[in-house]
This record gives sequence, C-alpha cells and structure tokens, in this order.
Amino acid sequence: MFGKLTLDALPLHVPIVMGTLAVVAVLGLALVIAITKYGKWGYLWREWITSVDHKRLGVMYIILAQVMMLRGFADAIMMRTQLAVATNGAEGYLPPEHYDQIFTAHGVIMIIFMAMPFMIGLMNIVLPLQIGARDVAFPFLNNLSFWLAVAGALLVNISLAVGEFAKTGWVAYPPLSGINYSPGSGVDYYIWALQISGIGTTLTGVNFIATVLKMRAPGMKLMQMPIFTWACTWANILIVASFPILTGALAMLTLDRYLGFHFFTNDLGGNAMMYINLFWAWGHPEVYILVLPAFGIFSEVISTFSGKRLFGYTSMVVASGAISILGFIVWLHHFFTMGSSADVNAFFGVTTMIIAVPTGVKLFNWLFTMYKGRVQFKPPVLWTLGFMVTFTIGGMTGVLLSVPGADYVLHNSLFLIAHFHNTILGGAVFGYMAGFAYWFPKAMGYKLDEKWGKRAFWFWQIGFYVAFMPLYVLGFLGMTRRMNHTDNPDWNMWLYIACAGAFIIGLGVVSQLIQLYVSYRDREKNRDVTGDPWNGHTLEWSTMSPPQFYNFAKDPVVSDIDAFTDMKEKGTAYQRPEKYEPIHMPCNTGAGFIMGMLLTVFGFAFVWHIWWLVVITLLGTIATFIKRCYDTDVDYYVQPDEIENIENAHLAAVQSTLKA
Amino acid sequence: MTDKKVSRVITGLLISGAALLSGCSGGVLDPKGQVGVDEKNLILIATGLMLLVVIPVIVMTLVFAWKYRASNSEAEYDPKWSHSGKIELVVWTIPIIIVVILGTITWATTHSLDPYQPLDHDSEPLQVEVVSLNWKWLFIYPEQNIATVNELVIPAHRQVAFKLTSESVMNSFFIPQLGSQIYTMAAMATRLHLIADEPGSYDGFSANYSGEGFSEMKFKTIAMADEQSFDDWVARVKEADAALTGSVYQQLTEPSEADPVAYYSSVKPGLFDDIVMKYMRHHGHTPLTDQGDMQPMPAMPAEHRHEMPAHDDAEFMHEAEE
Repeated sequence: MFGKLTLDALPLHVPIVMGTLAVVAVLGLALVIAITKYGKWGYLWREWITSVDHKRLGVMYIILAQVMMLRGFADAIMMRTQLAVATNGAEGYLPPEHYDQIFTAHGVIMIIFMAMPFMIGLMNIVLPLQIGARDVAFPFLNNLSFWLAVAGALLVNISLAVGEFAKTGWVAYPPLSGINYSPGSGVDYYIWALQISGIGTTLTGVNFIATVLKMRAPGMKLMQMPIFTWACTWANILIVASFPILTGALAMLTLDRYLGFHFFTNDLGGNAMMYINLFWAWGHPEVYILVLPAFGIFSEVISTFSGKRLFGYTSMVVASGAISILGFIVWLHHFFTMGSSADVNAFFGVTTMIIAVPTGVKLFNWLFTMYKGRVQFKPPVLWTLGFMVTFTIGGMTGVLLSVPGADYVLHNSLFLIAHFHNTILGGAVFGYMAGFAYWFPKAMGYKLDEKWGKRAFWFWQIGFYVAFMPLYVLGFLGMTRRMNHTDNPDWNMWLYIACAGAFIIGLGVVSQLIQLYVSYRDREKNRDVTGDPWNGHTLEWSTMSPPQFYNFAKDPVVSDIDAFTDMKEKGTAYQRPEKYEPIHMPCNTGAGFIMGMLLTVFGFAFVWHIWWLVVITLLGTIATFIKRCYDTDVDYYVQPDEIENIENAHLAAVQSTLKA
Repeated sequence: MTDKKVSRVITGLLISGAALLSGCSGGVLDPKGQVGVDEKNLILIATGLMLLVVIPVIVMTLVFAWKYRASNSEAEYDPKWSHSGKIELVVWTIPIIIVVILGTITWATTHSLDPYQPLDHDSEPLQVEVVSLNWKWLFIYPEQNIATVNELVIPAHRQVAFKLTSESVMNSFFIPQLGSQIYTMAAMATRLHLIADEPGSYDGFSANYSGEGFSEMKFKTIAMADEQSFDDWVARVKEADAALTGSVYQQLTEPSEADPVAYYSSVKPGLFDDIVMKYMRHHGHTPLTDQGDMQPMPAMPAEHRHEMPAHDDAEFMHEAEE
C-alpha cells in the first residue's frame, strides 16, 4: 500500500531534525491560523496562487528564494560550526550520515531553489515592463513554471521529515548515486526535485524567449532592448539549450536506479564518466544562467545611479553573447583530473580562460560608466561596487583553476569552494541583492530602508571575506572538500576564522530581515508616489509602483535604448492619450497550482515506490492540463473607464510631485 | 591615498600573505617533488600575470567610484558620454594579450605535466598499482610482489609510475606535496607519475568524496632516503604473516573506516588487472576467486586513455590459473 514507506523513514532519533521540524510546524500553524483569522484564504487564492500576472509571480518567486535562502544558510552555519569543532580528530556534533545530507542539500537548495527562483523572480517582475509588454507570451505557462519550482522545493524539504536527502554531494556522481551505493530514498528525492523544477525552468526559458522576440513595444529593435533584458535573454537561451541535458541525464539515472538499467553503473558497460560529462554540460552553462542576469542588474544599477548612459552597450551585448556561447564548450574543466589527454585538457583550459576576455570587458565598461558620472552610494550601488572588487578576485582564481597544471593540485580542494562562492555569491547573489533593492519600490510601492540596507551590505561583504578567504588558504594547505572532520593543526585557525565569517554573514541576513520589517513599518513615509524613484532610464519606471495590472494603458513607442529617459527629455513621458482602448488580459487559473501539487505527490510517490499513487497523480496532472487546454474562458477585456480612473490617479500623483 | 601608495599596500599584503602561506608546511605551496615544484611555479606565474590586470581594475573601481561620487561637484559630469572607440579597443586588447600569454603557458605546461607521461628523470620508475576501496587505499608493488593498505612507501629520488583503479565508487588519489592528483574509477585504469625529491612523510588522501567513510580515507606516503632503506622495508614486508590472496582481497572490499596500516608478504598474481576486469566480465558478477571464462573485451576507441589491461597481462592471468 505504501511502497517502501514505513515509520522508520521518520527521523525520530535525530534531535536536530526533530527540533527543526517542530519549529517549522509551529510557524506553519501560526501562519495558517493568521490567514484564517483575517479571512485571507480567498484573497490568497484569487490574487496570488492562481495569478498569471508576471509581477505577482515574480514576487512569489522571490519569496520562495528567500525562504530557501534561510534553509540553505542554516545548512551553511551547521557545516561551518561542525568543521570548527571537529578538529584535531574530534568527531563534532554532526555524524557523516547527517553531515553528508547537509552539504548536498546546501548545494542543491542554494543553486536550484535560491539563486534560480531569485533570478527568475527578478526577471518576471522586470523584463516584460522593460520591453513595454503587458505580460509574458504564455501567462498560464509562467504560473505553471512557478508551481513546478515550488514542487521541487517542497520535495527537498519533505525529505527532511520523511526519509533522507542524498548523501552524494550536489553533483550526485554515479556510481555513488547508483542504487548499489545509495540504496536509500535520498537520491530519489534529489532526482525528482531537480527533474520537476528543471522542467519548470525549461518552460520559463521558452516563455521569455518568445516574449522578447514577439512582444517588444513598437519601435524597440533587438539592439535597443534594455541591457538587463538582453542579459536575461542570453540566460534564457542557455536555459533552453542546457536544461534538457540535465533532464536527460537525470532520466537515465532514474532508469538505472528504478529499472536496473546500466547507463552509469560500473558493470555491463555502464560508464559513470558519461554522467559526469552530461551533468557539467548542463552545470557549467547553469552558472552563466545565474550570473548573466546579475551582470545585467549591475549594468542597470551603475548606469541609473551614475546618472549616465551605460558605457559600451553594444560591447556589453556582444560580451554576454560570447560568454553564453563559450560557456558551452568548457564543461570538461570540471574534471581535468579524470585522465583525458593533454590535448583535450589544454583545449578546455584555453577555452575557459578566453571567457575572461568578455568578462573583463564588462568590468571595464562598468568602470567607464561611472567615469564622468555622478555616483550615488545607495545600497544597490554598494552591492555593485562590492561585486566589482570581489568578482574580480573570483574571476582570477577561476582562470587559475582553468590551467590544468594548477587544477591538478587545486581540484576539489577548498580553494575551489572559495572560488565558486567568490563568483556565485560575490557575482550572482550580490547582483540579486542589488536588483532586489533597486526594483523593490517598483514591485511593492515603497522603498527599502537604506540604513538597514547598508548595514546588511557591510555585514555580507565583510563576512564574505572572513568566511571565504581562509578557504583559499586551506585549499593551498591541502584540505579537500566535503570532509566531515579534520586532524591537521595547521588548518584549525583558518577553520575558526571561516566559521566566524559565516556568523558575520548571518548578521547580514538578520539585517535584511529587519530591513524588510522596518521598511514595511515605515511604508507610508517611503512610498514611491510617481513610480520613478531613481530617475530611471527604462520603461518599467514609467509605470506606477506597483505597476497597473495591465502594465501600460497604451503601448509605449520606443526610439532609444534608454527609452524612458528619452521620453522624459522629449517631454513625451506621462502624456494622457486622447482616449483609452479596452485591454485584452488573461484570466487567472488554478490549473498550474493543481498540477504543481499533484506532481509534488507524484514525486513523493515515486521516491517511495507507491505505484498506485504515481499513476493517479500522473493521470490527474495530464487531465488537469487537458482540461485547461479546452478551457475557452481564458481572457477578458479591461474597460476604458476603469483604465482611465487608474491612469488619472497615476498622472495626478506624478504632476503633484513634479510641481513640488 | 595616491594610486602608487594603494598598489604598494596591496603588493605588501600579497607578499606577506604568500610568506604566511609558505610558512605553513604540508600544502601544495610546500612541494617536495619535481611535479609539485613545477605546479607551484605555474600557480605563482599565472597569478602574477593576472594580477597585472586585476589590481588596476580593483584600484580603478574604488578610485572612479570615489572621484565621481555624487557629492563631488567639481568632477566632470557628462551624462551622454557612452562610447569611445579608443577605450573599447584597449579594454578588449588588454585581456586578450593576457589570455594569449596565459594560454600559451597553459598549452605547454598541460603537455609537460601530463600525468600519463613518465617524468624527465634518469631513474627507472618504480611501479605501484593503486586500488581505492570503501574506504581505504590498497597499494600493490608488482615488481616486489608485496602489498600494503593505507601506507605508501617509496624511495626518494626515483620516479614512481602509478596505475590506478577503483573497486567501487570514484575517488581521487592525491598527495599534495608531491603534485598532481588523478581519479580512480572502477573498470578503468588511469596513470600518474610522481617523484619525491626529499625523504620524508607526506599526507595522502582521497580528494573526491566517496561516501560515509571518506574523511578517514587517508594514508601516509613515506619517501625513504635511499634505495637501500627501501629494499630493507620491502624485505620487512615480505616477512609479514598475511598474503593478499583472492579471499583476503574479498575481505578488503567490505566497507570499513580508518583501517590500520597492513602489510602483505605476497600478492595474488594479476590481482590489479582482475579488479579492473571484474566489471567487464559476463554480467559482471563473477567472483574474484573464480577466474571463469574471459569474455572478449568491448572494442575501445583508440584515443580512449582509460586503458584495459594489455594482451600479455591477460595471458599472465591465465598462466596464474594454471
């Protein structure tokens, strides 16, 4: 009846897990009670869960990312404290059985369920507005993508309570992740969490490529798209090209584990090297998927807050494209030590370091954007400057690792860990933080508190150096990754410092939570009345904050890269059209949510071999989708009088502010 | 602070950082063999080359941000200035020059440091076969017909030719102070050449996570002062009680952690090749003690470097049966 699921799957004997679950249960219950008490279930369902509005979906993506960041950060703190106590041969407080799940979960969560939703959330909020569109090309698909991401995140978290998570590292290399060496439920949770959310990501890529190709405002040529939109477009091309590889590799691993196939097993001609190749053929483009949109954010931020056009727009677009294409022919640098010939290793080493050229160009272009500008040190700018310094170091260590002769001694060491945190944290995540502060007023209608924003930045920035620079040293001292405990007195001091760094970053996280609270408390004071709090360059700033649900009452006509600056200079901004036309809008739908939840149960049932439930949930998902396909009541028209009321209010607010 | 002072401070920090690092013993910046020395030098040269761009970029970031801060109304302000052919030329050219130089160095060193190639050293290589097991290391000395667990003893000043495989999951064989690491993978043999130029004891371990007992999967590498002391050690091992027979090996394949050092006075002939081949046999389930029929090997592409045992090895195994 319940497949392999028995009461033994509950972690009753692990106090840390039970404690966490208790806290989660209490918080969850409090949330349910609060929503019920204030009668908000209907509101949540109508306005958020079923919403196909890209801005609402974007906000929900970012909430998902921030919740998962707390989870992933808790994992990080546990690892660093374990390694700080488990020195000189001591065992520490986390046995390998538990610790190995934590580092796997940390990697999976931070990349797939923190960074990806954060990036996709910002893209959702901003991209359609930047190109003057009323929504994405396929609004229902967008809602479905979100709920597939949630399904994956739910599976990872369910594994905490029922069964285990993978003990393989986030890369899940076979044969270790094969059924012989990982017979438990952990790798299956890993597979289904990544598989379901990965399909959602692929759909997002398709959706946004269609959006930028078909839905740009009249007059906007491709080479006039805002730079963030361009960066996201390259990332979406990478998504569409690389995520199917992950889907395929995971499908083969699934066949190995469930049906006794031999794609990656040791015996019967299986070849684990093939998995490793496929994994990184997705995994390397994936890091550019994360970082390119962040580059786009830095470009927007530095140009806006320097009060200046972006330097070298064409160079920036070309450089992002070069990074995207090169990103596909470097994957082998993740395993130079596999024993490939010198020619092969040298080829992949050189292609990797060539990526430093377009990346270097980008850095210079940001520099020359500040040059002859008026740089305001607001939190988004601090994140950008912090990034420019930090990422340069991360780029340098990356190029060093791309030299096979150096990688032979640095591979898999803590030097590598320091490097990729240096680029993913100091690159991608700093970018999302900058974007979060920059676009927060647009999405929510009020600005974030600057004082707490600056505190958060400095804790993060200093904490980053204190936590990760020691890891470079430890790598040179010969410490390898994924150790559960150590016995080398030379390493101790650096492990203690790194642990302290993690706690400093923790202060940054706390500051951000306080910032959210303080900003919400003072929201009337910080209200963004005009919708253009930073004197922005691009079209998203021409809308209200939060934007009208239809985005634009009339299609904006674009004739410049900095479209909104252009309109403000020509005096064509904020003009009342002679009359408003009805606007065609998509209806909300519960289908995405229902499919996402059914697939969560589907994944869970697959993990535990509950076959009847697998069949029911799969059929239910397909039936929901078919029903949605035949649903003809999917759109409606917003009437001119409603539009006129909304637009008049916005224009009045703008006029009164401009006069004042 | 002027630019000069800034760069002087940064240089100072780097030098003291490097001094701090080299003061610590036991890492990859404290090499005790030619391969490690070459790799350390490569790291230093590559880093130095990149700092030529990295330091100016960091300094310019801070200087530009400060000079063009909003409150500095004396600085020039030109909001429409967004293109300069000259600057674009320079910012594309400088990274290209650095990458061309670094790429050339990379091409050359990747070939000279190819772990498969014997070292440029006029010593006859000592052959050592390495097997990673859950979670311990087995070292077989085919010429001496002895084996050890979790201790690798070699003579200093003589290159060692390793042939490596795995009994189960993937590991990486790594002795940081001697240089390059290489993966060990089941059903495949990889190769690695190292040398110790100084006698001493060096830490070795698995540098690729392999499951629960991974953290204790380590061994000491002892480089003997001369050939004589190495030969003495071999003679001592030959007096060990245990021999590495098929059934003793079978016991070793059982998962265990933090195993003590063990010596074996003799080794079942062809054991290493048996381990590589065990997954390639019919259905892969033939136990080691049963030699069974050799199945024809699947054809491998010529450029495939994860080699199968050569023909004469296979013959050797048949001889062993008789």
